[in-house]
Formats: sequence, structure tokens, C-alpha cells
Amino acid sequence: MDIFAPIQWFADWLVYVIFNVKKGTPLGNTVNFFVYDTIKILLLLAVIIYVVSLIRSYFPPEKTKKFLSKAKFPILNNLLAALVGIVTPFCSCSAVPLFIGFVEAGVPLGVTFSFLISAPMVNEIALVLLWGLFGWKIALIYIVSGVAIATVAGWIMGKLKLEKWVEEFVYKVKIKQADEKKLTIKGRAEYAKKYMIDIVKSVWVYVVIGVAIGAVMHGYAPNDLLVKYAGPNNFFAVPLAVLVGIPLYSNAAGTIPIVSVLIAKGMAMGTALAFMMAVTALSLPEFIILKKVLKPKLIATYAAIVGAGIIFTGYFFNFIIR
Amino acid sequence: MRISVFGSGCATCKKLHESVLKVVKNEKIDAEVEYSTDVTKIVELGLMHSPVLVVDGKPVELKSNSEKDVKEAICEKVGKKSNNKSCSCGGRC
Repeated sequence: MDIFAPIQWFADWLVYVIFNVKKGTPLGNTVNFFVYDTIKILLLLAVIIYVVSLIRSYFPPEKTKKFLSKAKFPILNNLLAALVGIVTPFCSCSAVPLFIGFVEAGVPLGVTFSFLISAPMVNEIALVLLWGLFGWKIALIYIVSGVAIATVAGWIMGKLKLEKWVEEFVYKVKIKQADEKKLTIKGRAEYAKKYMIDIVKSVWVYVVIGVAIGAVMHGYAPNDLLVKYAGPNNFFAVPLAVLVGIPLYSNAAGTIPIVSVLIAKGMAMGTALAFMMAVTALSLPEFIILKKVLKPKLIATYAAIVGAGIIFTGYFFNFIIR
Repeated sequence: MRISVFGSGCATCKKLHESVLKVVKNEKIDAEVEYSTDVTKIVELGLMHSPVLVVDGKPVELKSNSEKDVKEAICEKVGKKSNNKSCSCGGRC
């Protein structure tokens, strides 16, 4: 049985009985889709963010860096760093202190990059929104390919021995040992609750906008305006989507409403996912902030490797999702 | 007292700085407020996030960067230093 059946039942009742909109009409479909999806996604968001925040309270960055500086297996370390990146909340403001902190603790450069790539790109909010709007398969594809890009790109960067392109002062920073906070189960639950409320409060608008657009497209005839330009048959659509995504800066929650319009208008799924990854992982403002610790050559290398990974993923999914 | 906001120059950091300035002005707290983008200071304090609020050399933990939470945190510091005499936040600290 579908666990979301009660929500569907509620949406049917509200729309067809209370609002008295005729079932099967474009308006009925649109309103019903809107009610059902908004409730479903907000519920999923609340539950998943709560669970992820609980998990996260066991991985504060201070602990993560200790753990990653000790791990010894080359590519496995990159994978671990990418996985930890999923549950880490990330704002580009924190990129620089995180970077210095990791390097100071002796985390290899490549592993640090795996974390820096994965943290903004792959997170629970993207997972929920993609799951709610496009189904669990697309969500899973996004998460798996995001982790794969972060792992491989970080590993390659580690192989290239780019330490000389990091600003020298980074290696001179000495950290005063901070007291480790001991959290009780109750403290973790409180943290998770507070974080859940914060996030739901800040992203619900995007969810409603995204679903509203999706609902209109769902109810009325889909527009295939973009098929010619961004459909699976246009070879240049993927790199173009990535290029357009670089100057845009947004988090996963803000990007998904745009992506849902693009897909509804005929953009291929792989191209849309590549666009979303480029907006979150390759952002100009973040590069400017990272310039404090990385020389421009290193930032360019980073952008090129991650960009290539994203483009590859876009083509790959356009090829397998038809 | 000396209140510093350390950040990497992002929007959130600037917002925190503005909140601090407002709190200091509204509560008539005798403090010098500075905003610095020297992130190595953050790391030296053993922290790995940004922005960070530092009062007299010690990092202050904030519930959020909203004016209300900043006020609470700063008032608590002021209260401790001068036995609640100079705090004017109406018993909310």
C-alpha cells in the first residue's frame, strides 16, 4: 500500500467535495496535484530533516576532520568525505574556515575537496524535493551521482599534488583545541527539532512555488517549448546548462522550482540535473570567497574537474533516461 | 568591552554584523564593534563555521543570527560582567 494514500484521500476530499471542483478536469487535476504534493513534500521534508539532523549531531566538523585525517585508504577516504558531506549543513560562508580547519588537521587536500564538493551539492533537502516532485528514482540518481562526482574529482585532485597552489598562510595556522561539546540524547533531539523548524520555515516558499508550477503543468497540456533546444537530442544542451549555472548561486531548495519548470517545458532529465548540480556546486560567489585560501590556478582546476564530472553525468542520464 | 564579528564576507556574516550594531545601539551597551574578514581568527579559535561572534576574545554561541538571539547572547555577557546592573533588556537575559 502507498504510505501517502491518506494524503491522496484528503486531497480528493478537499478538492472534489469541499471545493466542489469537478474530477478529471484540468482545474481539478491541477488543484488536486497541488494540495497532494505540497502536503506530501512538506511532511517528507520535516521527517527527513529531523532524522538527518539527529545523524548530523554525531558528525560535527571538528570530529569529522579528526576522523578523516586518520583514515588511510586513498579513494575510500574520498568516498567517506563525500558521504559525510551529505549530512553536513553547508553555507558558502563556512567554506573557508572549514577548508583551513581540515588542512590544519592533516586531512589530505583531495579528501578535503571531496567534502567541499559534496556538501553544497548533495543534501537531504535536494533528496526530498526531487523525491517529491520527480520520484525516488531521480532522487537516488542525483545523490549517487553527486557522491560519485565528489569522490572521483577529489581523488583526481589529490593525485595532481596541488598543495603548492594553496595560499601559504593556510599551512601556518595553528588551532587552539576547542572543547568538545558533549551532547545528550535530549540535546540532540532538541537540536534536530530546532534545525527542522528553521529549514522548513526557510524553504516552504520554494516548495509551494515549485509544486504550483508543477501542478499547472500537470493539469494543463505540457508545453514542449524547450524540447528542441534542451531535449535529449541537442548535443550542446548539457554543457550549456552547466555554463549558465555557474554565475547563478542558489541552494538546492531554490533551484528545484526552476528545474521543475525546465523539465515541464521539455528539458531532458540529465540536462536538468546537470544544471542543478552546476548551480549548487560551481558558484562564482563561492569561488570568490575561496580565493582567500586557494590560488586562482587551483580554483580553475577545481572548477574544470567538477564541471567535467557534471557534464559527464548529464550526458549519462540523458542516455539512460529516455 | 569589545565585540567582533568574524566572517568570510558572505551575506549571513553582514547580517550578523548589522544585528550586533542594532543591539548595541538599542540597548546602549558600551562596546566597540568590529567586523573582520580575517578567517584565520575563526580557525584559531578552534571553530570551523562562519560567521562567528566574539566578545572580549571568547566565541559566543548563538542560537541563530536573528536580532533577538544576538541580543540575548550579548546581554547575557554584559550581565555577567557587571552583575546585571548595566543590562537593559528588561529581565530577558
